Amino acid sequence: MTWLSIIIAGIITYLMRMTMIALVSKDMLGNKIKAVLEYVPSAVFPAIIFPAVFINDYGNFIEIDDPKIFGALVAIIVGYFSRNIIATILAGLISYWFLIFVIFS
Amino acid sequence: MFSKKKLFTKGMIDVAPHMLSVIPFGIICGAIGIELGFSPYLVYGMSFIIFGGASQIVFLQLLSGGASSLVAVTSVGVINSRHLLYGAVLSEYLEKMSFIKKLLISYLVVDQGFAESNKFFKKNKTEKFLHYHLIGTGSTLWICWQIATLAGIILGSFVPEELGLKFAIPLTFIAIVVQDLKKIDHVIVMITCGLSSLLFFNAPFKSYIIISPIIALFVAALILRLKK
Repeated sequence: MTWLSIIIAGIITYLMRMTMIALVSKDMLGNKIKAVLEYVPSAVFPAIIFPAVFINDYGNFIEIDDPKIFGALVAIIVGYFSRNIIATILAGLISYWFLIFVIFS
Repeated sequence: MFSKKKLFTKGMIDVAPHMLSVIPFGIICGAIGIELGFSPYLVYGMSFIIFGGASQIVFLQLLSGGASSLVAVTSVGVINSRHLLYGAVLSEYLEKMSFIKKLLISYLVVDQGFAESNKFFKKNKTEKFLHYHLIGTGSTLWICWQIATLAGIILGSFVPEELGLKFAIPLTFIAIVVQDLKKIDHVIVMITCGLSSLLFFNAPFKSYIIISPIIALFVAALILRLKK
């Protein structure tokens, strides 16, 4: 039963990956739609970022002094100026670890 | 004009830094599946059949928490519905591919691969074999994801939980969007999406993950209208 559910979930996921790529042709999207689609990364990824930073494992909002907020801010600043993905991730993680292991321990 | 091989390699290199978060997340994902009491084959099967990080964890957590299969499958569908948006963006660049190739390449599209290939596509619209870049990002993510979840399944959570490596996931996505903070219209769209995701976080089937992008895209359309 669980296998069947996984296969159905996999098919649904695949269909959503495939539908627009395979079935949309260039002239189906007008210039206005294309202009809006330019914003897709900015319109989608914060929905992954914000809950992962501001909401804890139990579904509650974190406190304003939570190390994750500081880590995210450091990552934004380092990422903005370095334009480097590894530097961004490491800066966020290290500043987060510094707070939880050194300052708050 | 780049060769196919060059584009493929470029894709691999462009997405490689994200492995810093994808690999620990894969290990966590595999280990959680085993901890929740599922068979190793099943936990691994998901990485192959669904191939979608967060949705795999949600699926197993829902089932082990006593939710029905219908709820679990629906949640995976809702979480992964954002791929419709990725597909719409990519369709413009992949148009010249044959239908069969489009069907095959679709399996490989995931968040970080979409993000990095889309950035490359925007700068190199005239390249003939653009899709090799997407194959490069997609197959790199696929291989690392398979190995990482397998490692988590076999070795258990050998990544100490105290390290909080799940936090690498938002950091990876911060790295993807951070350069767009230079543009005020993008900042408005991002804040709209982020605040909506917090507001709708408790909406059923994790639907905040598609509701907030839709709201944000409406705001984007509004901005475009006002700009004129």
